[in-house]
Amino acid sequence: MKKKIEIQNLHVSHGSKWAVENLNFDVYENEILAIIGPANAGKSTLLKSINRMTDFSDGTRVKGTIKLDGEDIHAFADSTWLRQKIGMVSPLPVGLPMSIIDNVTYAPRMAGMKDKITLMERAEDCLRKAALWDEVKDRLDGLATKLSGGQQQRLTIARALSHRPEVLLLDEFSIAIDPVTTMKIEDVLLELKKDMTIVCVTNVIHQARRLGDRTAMMLEGHLLDIDSNQRIFSGQVNDRRTHDYIEGVFG
Amino acid sequence: MYAPNQQLINKNIREERFKSILSFLTVIIFFPALMIILWLLIKGGPALSWEFIFSSPTKGMTAGGIFPAIVGTLWLVGLCVIISCPLGVLAAIYLSEYAKDNHTTRIIRLCILNLAGVPSIVHALFGLGAFVLFLRMGTSILAASCTLAVMNLPVIITSTLESLQAVPRSFREASWSVGASKLQTIRHIVLPNSIPGILTGMVFAVSRAAGETAAILFTGVAFYLPFLPMNVFDQCMSLSMHLFTISTQVVGVPDSYSYATALVLISMVLVVNTLSVAMRWYFRSRRKW
Repeated sequence: MKKKIEIQNLHVSHGSKWAVENLNFDVYENEILAIIGPANAGKSTLLKSINRMTDFSDGTRVKGTIKLDGEDIHAFADSTWLRQKIGMVSPLPVGLPMSIIDNVTYAPRMAGMKDKITLMERAEDCLRKAALWDEVKDRLDGLATKLSGGQQQRLTIARALSHRPEVLLLDEFSIAIDPVTTMKIEDVLLELKKDMTIVCVTNVIHQARRLGDRTAMMLEGHLLDIDSNQRIFSGQVNDRRTHDYIEGVFG
Repeated sequence: MYAPNQQLINKNIREERFKSILSFLTVIIFFPALMIILWLLIKGGPALSWEFIFSSPTKGMTAGGIFPAIVGTLWLVGLCVIISCPLGVLAAIYLSEYAKDNHTTRIIRLCILNLAGVPSIVHALFGLGAFVLFLRMGTSILAASCTLAVMNLPVIITSTLESLQAVPRSFREASWSVGASKLQTIRHIVLPNSIPGILTGMVFAVSRAAGETAAILFTGVAFYLPFLPMNVFDQCMSLSMHLFTISTQVVGVPDSYSYATALVLISMVLVVNTLSVAMRWYFRSRRKW
């Protein structure tokens, strides 16, 4: 399988302590990699260093190599190009202070797309994929910040898809969404992986089991395990703690 | 049945007492402002006329009007705004959006805060040295406006910084994360949502500049000029300076003339301030989060 993202000797620190220490793994093209692990394991930090959102926080240091399609993502000082290829959904949903439709067309507009009809089609497509279209189709001009938490979360998913990224980074995308809608979005993700690579951080172990092709287990900045779901969830793990975490006997 | 105990009653009494003290203090603050305006209206109102506003002072400034001073104030304030607003806003954008939080920027911030505390007469001396003499602007509207601008910069920078910081960081992050550049994020997310605060700060700076006397003392303002300024290298009169002159330096000016001059100055400032309050109301009603 073709490697989409290669992570080599990755260290990330916020200040004095390493939040992520010596990570080495690859993400293959068109797979869903689920990342599980308790709080403070460095999962979100890992995602943020893949799309270089770490650039924006003063005092965050990144060491090591991350390659996208074989190219070092730190090759250029500017990282805007990288985020044009990578979509990201953060755990706290944020509707930008503009209308719903402007939110979903924001990314393509910033990338230079101007044609109104194409933008509308793209917006509808993304909103449908995020299972939000039916709820907002009659008030696309309404303010996105007035949507409910769950709706805003789905809006962020739609926005993350709107610039047709090659990689999608999901950080707890379903914490504010009800189970039924979550299932709908998971189905869409399974569909989407034909065109893109998805890395999904989740606290719901069942979600990792349902969604992932492979699952990685992180703990306190280290990678304990990364293997196919078949092996991880049948107890064939390298590290005892992965098994304990999945079985819920951790701690 | 539930009966309120003594403790709860005492608590409510304290609450009421505190509230009445606060409202009394508010009235005390409001009172002088109201009195000033009333007093000016009573003492200066009778002298106020179209002729007073639109004619030049005559008879050694003991009669006539204040037109040159009004025009001079407009020149000074206008030029000051043109110089200080772009500079201040751009500096604030740099400090808020681009500058890393390190020793250098912390020192710059400290300097800005200190600059706001410098007395205006010191600014006047600085303006005399830097603009009038060193940059060879001469005593002119330009030099006076530059001095006013330097004085106003910290006000504008501080208020702009506050408005920029009031836009939550999560909006910026959401924008960056979908591939928008920093500049695009500032242009489409940060500025549209901080414009109200920025404008309010500017208007506040304008009204401060309009009333300033000391800072323009040595740099471009004349006691009395029989003609109107034609360009920025002319000297001019100003309302605040004129008021100072006729109340302290010239003998035989009718009281009502001084009060009417003050009334005109205060009305101009009030109009601008009312505009700023109206603007804030308008923008607040359109707040997007």
